[in-house]
Amino acid sequence: MRRNLATTAVALLALGATAACGTGSGGDSGAATATGPIKVWLSNNPEEIAWGKAMVEEWNADNPDQKVTAQEIPAGKTSEEVIGAAITAGNAPCLVFNTSPAAVPQFQKQGGLVPLDGFEGATDYIEERSGEVAEQYKSPDGQYYQIPWKSNPVMIFYNKAIMEEAGLDPENPPLSTYDDFLSTSRKIVDSGAAEAAIWPAPTSEFFQSWFDFYPLFAASTDGTQLVEDGQATFDDEAGQQVADLWATMYEEGLSPKEAYNGDSFGEQKSAMAIVGPWAIAVYGEDVDWGVAPVPTPEGKNASETYTFSDAKNIAVYSACENQGTAWELLKFATSEEQDGKLLETTGQMPLRQDLQTAYADYFEQNPEYRLFADQASRTVEVPNVPNSVEIWQEFRDAYSRSVIFGKVPTDEALSDAASKVDELASE
Amino acid sequence: MTSVATTTGPGRPDTGRPGPRRPRWARLLGRQPLGILFAAPYAVFLVTVFAYPLFLAVWISFHDYFFAAPGAQVERPFVGFDNYAAVLSDPEVRQSFVNVAVFLVINVRLTVVLALVLATALNSVVHGRTFLRVSYYVPYVTASVALVAVWLFLFGQNGMVNEVLGPLAPNPSWLVNSTLAMPVIAIFVTWKQLGFFILLYLAALQGISKELYDAAAVDGASRWRSFLSVTVPGVRPATVLVVILATITGANLFTEPYLLTNGGGPDGASSSPVFVMYQKGIEQGNPDVASAIGVILVICVLLVSLVNKRLLERE
Repeated sequence: MRRNLATTAVALLALGATAACGTGSGGDSGAATATGPIKVWLSNNPEEIAWGKAMVEEWNADNPDQKVTAQEIPAGKTSEEVIGAAITAGNAPCLVFNTSPAAVPQFQKQGGLVPLDGFEGATDYIEERSGEVAEQYKSPDGQYYQIPWKSNPVMIFYNKAIMEEAGLDPENPPLSTYDDFLSTSRKIVDSGAAEAAIWPAPTSEFFQSWFDFYPLFAASTDGTQLVEDGQATFDDEAGQQVADLWATMYEEGLSPKEAYNGDSFGEQKSAMAIVGPWAIAVYGEDVDWGVAPVPTPEGKNASETYTFSDAKNIAVYSACENQGTAWELLKFATSEEQDGKLLETTGQMPLRQDLQTAYADYFEQNPEYRLFADQASRTVEVPNVPNSVEIWQEFRDAYSRSVIFGKVPTDEALSDAASKVDELASE
Repeated sequence: MTSVATTTGPGRPDTGRPGPRRPRWARLLGRQPLGILFAAPYAVFLVTVFAYPLFLAVWISFHDYFFAAPGAQVERPFVGFDNYAAVLSDPEVRQSFVNVAVFLVINVRLTVVLALVLATALNSVVHGRTFLRVSYYVPYVTASVALVAVWLFLFGQNGMVNEVLGPLAPNPSWLVNSTLAMPVIAIFVTWKQLGFFILLYLAALQGISKELYDAAAVDGASRWRSFLSVTVPGVRPATVLVVILATITGANLFTEPYLLTNGGGPDGASSSPVFVMYQKGIEQGNPDVASAIGVILVICVLLVSLVNKRLLERE
């Protein structure tokens, strides 16, 4: 009996090893030019689905022999997990119109992405469309594995009624410097106008720092990424100031340490929120809102202020058999015409260098989007480095420990996190 | 006490001499080959769903492994105990094991005590027994996500519990308090799973002879003494099962730290090994490190279960 068990165990181990070591051909070189039917995944918000389905319909009408089937990204805890699992299973679609730049290094390492440079004229197309911003999306090997598609540059949204109730000028509340921001926050909470001045999610998910620390750090440093040249950049005076600002917000109860189960801004529990242009459509009817750039230590002009892009991109996945069609569809979906339709349908900013001139009429008719459009030209992306998600998690853990819960001094936490990030970025 | 002769049939005296030697294949198949056929589906299920992934996880934990596309050419070198060294030197992982130990100490004890007491009470209730059984069982069959929403409403900063406690409410509040977050989760899980364990005890209680209670009553034992001297020893096998099952399910804690304390918060005070495995294996793309955590967790659970079994089965 014991021998039988041992034999079975060895057989299973061998089977496991065989499966785990499975190899095959990397990409199919013929696939790069192959055309035919393909599948694409769309983000699961209603506006993007509406745009995506209309775009696919137009394509299919003109290309009956290269039929595109579009569907929402299957349900999962996050889109990135679903896409990662699909890559491993070999059933990823040809294009995903919701590829997070932070996940690209991991997908690339998995062998799940096709370098776009292999398609004729791709590099020129990407760089002409997006301009200098495109550089941030280049992988460390110098190739593009994603096309910069659209951004949601984040800014401070505020509730004018709450500002007024707190005795502040609702049209122009003082929010430009850190001192202004703190003083305004104190007035809001002390007056009882709102439970919180601003309520960023104080939770530990790796991406939460994109909506509290990172926009302010980008603004303070005129567009520095979290990691540059393989080194952490945040363990300096600018990073320290941002961390101290948020630490004060949490310490004084201006920002709660517990997550709000709902929409704190929409339900008027907080006076401000850090959001992208999507918020205009969401809050437009219900909240009398105003918008301001994120604060900086010295109070920079809006026209000079950087912020986090919150971009989502498009990538071609290596499981795709008809990559020629995928590339053509990708160009079609990011054409000036389709970008215009995306802007109109979703309010999100196509990552085009000619954004404001190409769609001047739209911004004329929708002036509330103009500030976001201007901001879109000064955005910072997450760094395209190895171990990207792990780096952000290390940073978030240090931030939670020091800034939100005050267990260790912020300088110590930033310094420790920087050492770990340096190590991860160099792997 | 009766014994059953397994090698001789009735009317066939055991002569003490070995019978004719059966062929090897017949010995492998046993006396009832059809039984193998009946057992095969579940055996196949166990092998594919439990055994294969377990062995694969062990293999992965000794290699530099990451998930890759089917056609990708990747190196997965053997790295010995490197992943285990990385895991054991990671304070986040160590904290998660301490957290889950705290959880188990609270959860398993509460589960055993409450399930046994409530099962005994239910067993003696005459009216409304079905209603009460269903009431206890409902949380067990309800999705955690829905129940977590209720508990957030109860234990949130401005939740009902703090409203009732007023100035006595803890600061920081329950779910963002490093000391209280894990006990709140332990109580939540105890409450949620209690119905299942009550059912186990109810079944065990049916096996205790009523005569034992009558004899105890004749000897002048109080209800409490009867409970301690008749009920508790009478359901000992069920207690072993409850402790082992509660330990195994508790060690696999994931949903509650993920949802109730928003990712193991505050500052990792409620993270669990399985939650860290999810972060490292799925989110961060390091299944090798995650597998090492999983293997260590399996070994810990086996050891704890073994110790519990030995202690509880001791007369």
